[in-house]
Amino acid sequence: MSEQTPSQTIGPFFHYALPYAGGAQLAAGHRADAIRLHGSVLDGAGAPVADALVEIWQADAAGAASRRRGSLQRDGFAFTGFGRATTDLAGHYGFTTVLPGTGFATLVLFARGLTHHLFTRAYFGGESALPAAVPADRRATLLAEPDGDRSYRFDIRMQGEGETVFLEYP
Amino acid sequence: MGRESVVMQTQQQVSEQIGEIEADAAARAAQTGTRQAHPLRDYPPYRSTELRHPTHDLVRVDPEEIERLSPAFGHSDVDPLEADLTIQHAGEPLGERITVGGRVLDGEGRPVRGQLVEVWQANSAGRYVHKRDQHPAPLDPHFTGVGRAITGDDGSYLFRTIKPGPYPWRNHRNAWRPAHIHFSLFGDQFTQRLVTQMYFPGDPLFALDPIYQSITDPAARERLVGRYDHDASVSEFSLGYRWDIVLTGSRATWMEPEDADE
Repeated sequence: MSEQTPSQTIGPFFHYALPYAGGAQLAAGHRADAIRLHGSVLDGAGAPVADALVEIWQADAAGAASRRRGSLQRDGFAFTGFGRATTDLAGHYGFTTVLPGTGFATLVLFARGLTHHLFTRAYFGGESALPAAVPADRRATLLAEPDGDRSYRFDIRMQGEGETVFLEYP
Repeated sequence: MGRESVVMQTQQQVSEQIGEIEADAAARAAQTGTRQAHPLRDYPPYRSTELRHPTHDLVRVDPEEIERLSPAFGHSDVDPLEADLTIQHAGEPLGERITVGGRVLDGEGRPVRGQLVEVWQANSAGRYVHKRDQHPAPLDPHFTGVGRAITGDDGSYLFRTIKPGPYPWRNHRNAWRPAHIHFSLFGDQFTQRLVTQMYFPGDPLFALDPIYQSITDPAARERLVGRYDHDASVSEFSLGYRWDIVLTGSRATWMEPEDADE
């Protein structure tokens, strides 16, 4: 049994390396079923985290996992299920995607000051779909809230009041 | 000399904190038989963790089907030339030419095939091509410090680059990061996603660096240090380093073998 290579923080200097053209556009915005998934990343003082990286991995509209290549070289048509966005100066990130047929998208958060990334899930269909293990008083933190025409808001609070539920896998 | 109005901690104060936290972690490991491979998210010696770590325990859930898969990257996404960081400009970058290669493996030692590896690093003077890096060391017009590769059928990757320099940061007074290359990795499952840093053997800054030391298990820290491999050095051209990467999943702890059946 080989042993896990430990994580280290992504640090402050990844912006010239990891983001890429079209990274946040999983689906073309003019597609009839395109949605926006966006939100703010906030720290324990409620301040925007302006140097975070958010990645998304999700099933397609029919609930299937895409096995298609092209996440880095987008052709504008293939849905690969993967995207990458940076937060702006206001701590805001956004993806253009489709509603996942599974009802949720998996997000992973990286930032300076975060020594080991955090997984979470944005659920689109209400609380009943959430895993039973999520405590009752924190379930709302996993809900992507409709906030406009084909737009959903999912804020990520790293710490404190309304702290987002972060997940670990066995 | 202080450029910041708040009083910065001294290295000695930071080092004392590092030592105390490591002693606590060792005592806990002896008690519970588990060791933490990953760094502590709440780690006061690294100041920026203060407001950026969750205070609730992570909620353990079974991965859903989609999370047991990873995005399908491939050679249509990455040009093989992107693995050579020394040929991205008209001229040769300054510094010590090196190769860094190894294999990406899962917890059972199986190769992670056809997956994306991304790297980024400072130049030989310790400066990043990043607008927020204000360290007054020279930029190198012939070096950007970004590379990508797709792992081979045996999980192998190989980058040709320049050895990065150490650089100062403002975590505390006279704080210096040991030379490192940032790595971003995907496994066969999205739960194996990893961003980390590879270091060079024998760096005198290891003991002083709160980012490296945020991993409290000395054996786990060692796994981030590449090994000089003379067989990977190329005569009259470059020095070779070898670094294998293991992605077992997001699990933060592993059990000692005698506890493995629990």
